Amino acid sequence: MRSGTPLFPEAASTIAPRVDALYLFLVGLTAFMTILIAALVVIFMIKYKRRDPNSIGARIHGGMALEIIWSIIPLIIVLGIFVWSTGIFFDIARPPAETMNIYATGKQWMWKFQHLDGQREINELHVPVGRKVKMIMTSEDVIHDLYVPAFRVKADVIPGRYSHIWFEATKAGEYHLFCAEYCGTQHSGMIGKVVVMEPDDFQAWLSGGVQEGSLASAGSKLFQDLACNTCHRPDAQGRGPVLQNLFGKTVTLASGENVVVDEAYIRESILTPSQKVTAGFQPTMPTFQGLVSEEGILQLIEYVKSLKTDMPVSAVRPNTGGPAPNENTPAQAPPTRN
Amino acid sequence: MSSSTVAMPPTHYLNNGLTLKSWLFTKDHKRIALLYLVAVTFFFMVGAAFAVAIRLELATPAGDLLSDENYNRVFTMHGVMMVFFFLIPAVPAILGNFLIPLQIGAKDLAFPKLNLLSFYIYFVGSLFTMYSIVSGGLDTGWTFYTPFSTVASTSAVVPAALGIFINGFSGILTGLNFIVTIHKMRAPGMTWFRLPLFVWAHYATSLIQVLGTPVLAITIVLVAAERIFGFGLFNPAVGGDPVLFQHLFWFYSHPAVYIMILPAMGIISELVAASARKQVFGYTFVAFASIGIAVIGFLVWGHHMFVSGESVYAALVFSVLSFIVAVPSAVKVFNWIATMYRGSVSWETPMFYVAGFIGLFAIGGLTGLFLASMGLDVHLTDTYFIVAHFHYVMVGGTIMGYLGGIHFWWPKITGRMYNDLLGRVSAVVIFVGFNLTFFPQFVVGYLGMPRRYHAYPEEFQVLNVLSSAGASVLAVGYLMPLFYLAYSLKYGAIAGDNPHGAVGLEWNTTSPPPTENFKTTPVVTWEAYEYPTPVEGHVV
Repeated sequence: MRSGTPLFPEAASTIAPRVDALYLFLVGLTAFMTILIAALVVIFMIKYKRRDPNSIGARIHGGMALEIIWSIIPLIIVLGIFVWSTGIFFDIARPPAETMNIYATGKQWMWKFQHLDGQREINELHVPVGRKVKMIMTSEDVIHDLYVPAFRVKADVIPGRYSHIWFEATKAGEYHLFCAEYCGTQHSGMIGKVVVMEPDDFQAWLSGGVQEGSLASAGSKLFQDLACNTCHRPDAQGRGPVLQNLFGKTVTLASGENVVVDEAYIRESILTPSQKVTAGFQPTMPTFQGLVSEEGILQLIEYVKSLKTDMPVSAVRPNTGGPAPNENTPAQAPPTRN
Repeated sequence: MSSSTVAMPPTHYLNNGLTLKSWLFTKDHKRIALLYLVAVTFFFMVGAAFAVAIRLELATPAGDLLSDENYNRVFTMHGVMMVFFFLIPAVPAILGNFLIPLQIGAKDLAFPKLNLLSFYIYFVGSLFTMYSIVSGGLDTGWTFYTPFSTVASTSAVVPAALGIFINGFSGILTGLNFIVTIHKMRAPGMTWFRLPLFVWAHYATSLIQVLGTPVLAITIVLVAAERIFGFGLFNPAVGGDPVLFQHLFWFYSHPAVYIMILPAMGIISELVAASARKQVFGYTFVAFASIGIAVIGFLVWGHHMFVSGESVYAALVFSVLSFIVAVPSAVKVFNWIATMYRGSVSWETPMFYVAGFIGLFAIGGLTGLFLASMGLDVHLTDTYFIVAHFHYVMVGGTIMGYLGGIHFWWPKITGRMYNDLLGRVSAVVIFVGFNLTFFPQFVVGYLGMPRRYHAYPEEFQVLNVLSSAGASVLAVGYLMPLFYLAYSLKYGAIAGDNPHGAVGLEWNTTSPPPTENFKTTPVVTWEAYEYPTPVEGHVV
């Protein structure tokens, strides 16, 4: 964060220079067109100033060629800008496959972050340089928006949904973190900072502080505490679907519809379990609405994601590099309940 | 030109009945326009007072003048008053009401009683919204985003929403009235392609009012229903979808931007032609640009939601359409400039407002390209860049056009001339003050300052101080016409029928016009903006 009066924001992510290049091009185009238009207005006002109060203008009705020229040329220019900007947008909107994931929960009026290793932060977010970081975000109350100007990214943080931003920081330092969607009384106080650290410093930061165990292990504990494990068993003998290797898979519902098991589906299945029941199972699961917080749900999601083998989670090393797909693990047999 | 020795006509719409009742129950479109003029000016002042409070607060980074709660109420009411009670009705309800019958050679609008009803609906709607100010205020932003507005806000959402709901019917009925009038009441010979472009612009605007406003009304009813009865429409905790609200809201509120700017564009077409004493270059292109903007404008609402979680493919379509809608706007600007070419360009007040409009609208329109660019919009949306952009369009565009129109037709409306030097000075002061106020906001927006922030980091202060200083210049510019126009009512020179030497049917009747507008029904045998005028007795 800088002092003085900067006129251009710091660029601290891989996407920022590309956004800036388009911005500067458009500033140039705007300046050129505005000066051209203003100059023509002023020149015509001076050159054709009414000198005789009874004079009238020349009889000119229009010109088809001119109309076509000044329709087609702007059209081509704007479509060019469209193609350029859409390329940038698709890279912003679609996270790469391999990312370091951090969960964010917005509430009036603070940001809560949970790292996979278990570190929790409020209004401060530590990330390393040179890693692709994906924020998986939700809100406990109203719509917020996580915005880091130095990274040129933001996305609305919406209750009942998971939205994402991703970025790869390029420069160590401290940057503003804002809530960009108006959220009530202390909206302008819902701010914080992103601390971008060199990878070694980041590792040191990760291993420092209070260790509560990884996010997945917190999820595992919650899984036991809520007695989820009595039905969701790894051995296909439970009353609920087996969760091992489930994340990212497509399951068929009782309605015949197919859904991908993503964060939103897991959340929905915890809070409104009777909505989308996996084919072959009875809708016996009770709702956990009010029993588990948004942050708890994120822990459970991370636990489900961690269930890559049938090993208990405590035997899995904390994973700071996001989900490490283990292609060698044989897929669990689908539940057979007839 | 008319000399200052001409006399006022002995009878005209202003002296045809002097009692309060003759004004409050009038069915004359010209008098109703003046009722709107008084009310709309009042709400502009209210909205401007809130703007003053905002700019004073933002002069320092700390939130020290107002509490955060009050600041939120102030910027919300600034938006609500300016959008719903000033910008949307200003040009159509005042100048559209006054001029459409005159310009097409009709005695009145098709439904005079409905016209009066529209005014009272507007009035009642404004009372509800004003009531919300004193009964706890409104802190949702003018956008009423859910679930904040339906679940979290403790302010007077329902009265304000009810006011906006009621007010919507005023716009719907006015739009309906204009559409029917333009279809059925044109004088003999006044074909569609002889209509002044002001009328075309209002036709396009009316289509949006009639087709779009009901969606706003429905949306507001749904918000109220969720707030009062707890329906799970937008609140995800009870199964609603908060983003659905945004789709419904912007489906109306993006076209509403065109409700604000299209009539102002219509004014500019009239003023350019009259100031250059020349036919508008590419008349049909300008006319169809209005219709094109109105139609495509209905299909771009998703560009407000690129970061709201809509699908990237939906965003793609909204983005390309947003770029395409820029083209007819650009076509209009080029045609206005071409109209000046080899004209006889007046240096009176209306032309100064035209020049200001073109300059500010160019910047407003071009910065729209930044926001249609999805990759750039991610960074810019919800920052001061957006605030600057829409003020350039709505304030720089609509208010410049509106004030230009008020000045141009003032002699027709009142029969008196204002001080033209003061008029030109006001246009320059507004132009300078406007740029001082809003240009720094582009810079601070790209730096990342979010909108609707009561307090902000210190490095943004210099730009905010510039903006607040500019706002004080702008305030002087807006106050000036209030005084010299009021002064002209009593002391202004008698204008005569056609002080600008302009063509158009409104200049073929007395100033002020008689209640029935024309002594005999005019027969139109000439094209729009045909100089020199073929009308007998016309002084050029």
